[in-house]
Amino acid sequence: MNLVVELFLEFALLAFIAFGGATALLPEMHRVVVENHHWLDDTTFSHLYAIAQAAPGPNVLVVTLIGWEIAGLLGALAATVAMCLPMSIVIYLLIDRWESFSGKRWQKAISLGVAPLAVGLVFSGATLIAQSAELGWAAWGLVAVTVLINLRTKLHPLWLIAAGALMGLLGLI
Amino acid sequence: MTAEEFNAQLGLCQFLPGPNVINLAVVVGKRYQGLLGAIVAPVGLLAGPFVIVLLLALLYDHYGNLPLAQSMLRGIAAVGCGLLFAMAWRMGMALKDKALFLPFTVLTVASIAWLRWPMPSVMVAGLLLSGGVAWWRLGRK
Repeated sequence: MNLVVELFLEFALLAFIAFGGATALLPEMHRVVVENHHWLDDTTFSHLYAIAQAAPGPNVLVVTLIGWEIAGLLGALAATVAMCLPMSIVIYLLIDRWESFSGKRWQKAISLGVAPLAVGLVFSGATLIAQSAELGWAAWGLVAVTVLINLRTKLHPLWLIAAGALMGLLGLI
Repeated sequence: MTAEEFNAQLGLCQFLPGPNVINLAVVVGKRYQGLLGAIVAPVGLLAGPFVIVLLLALLYDHYGNLPLAQSMLRGIAAVGCGLLFAMAWRMGMALKDKALFLPFTVLTVASIAWLRWPMPSVMVAGLLLSGGVAWWRLGRK
């Protein structure tokens, strides 16, 4: 099958389970792209995640980067559209009826029920990045400091990213 | 659009899967310009960052093999990883009824990160279990 079409279909399927956004999909994207299809290797995957973190814009753009590395410009477009379009259509059709759903018991049950799963997915995404970037001791130290600073202070994450880039450049990580 | 309307619609966008910002752009776009707005708003939101990220990708393709670039990206990946752990922590702390629902977080991590089960099946099973418990919990109140 054509690579771009295959990429589109894989990512469009993922769009339907992206509770918690693209971040929650990191483990599954890794499974599809690195483990199942061998389109990318571990290191490249972690690099693309790093680039998306450092770039401005919504974090869904990691999908764009993955698409680009696999199949160039068409791949980037296909992956991005596949991730955004399916739910956009659903939302477009649902939004006017949302008020009649909102507050219903089944709607509350799904909201409540999906939240702990999303937490687990983001946590899994973090462990996955740690694994594919093959972090050493110093890097784990940086991870811990980042967590603390991000939770305890209001410092903008971009400063942390800049600090990480600098420490990397200096060969500390 | 009032703040209340905005919050209610943000609720839907967070409730449904998919990138929240894109979902929200569709909603706001549709409200003001119908179908055309629902297309233009998310495209407009993504176009700039899309180009920037592709320029960065071009740089990466040319210079990504340099040791200096590799170590810089390692540093950023480590920080990004920390940001994800912090985000998970914050989301976890915001959960209602932690004693009841945190076990589902643990199950999700075990099946996704450790056992590496495919996410679609994990999500369907998880939603049935966790949503089922939530349904029961809501009925008791």
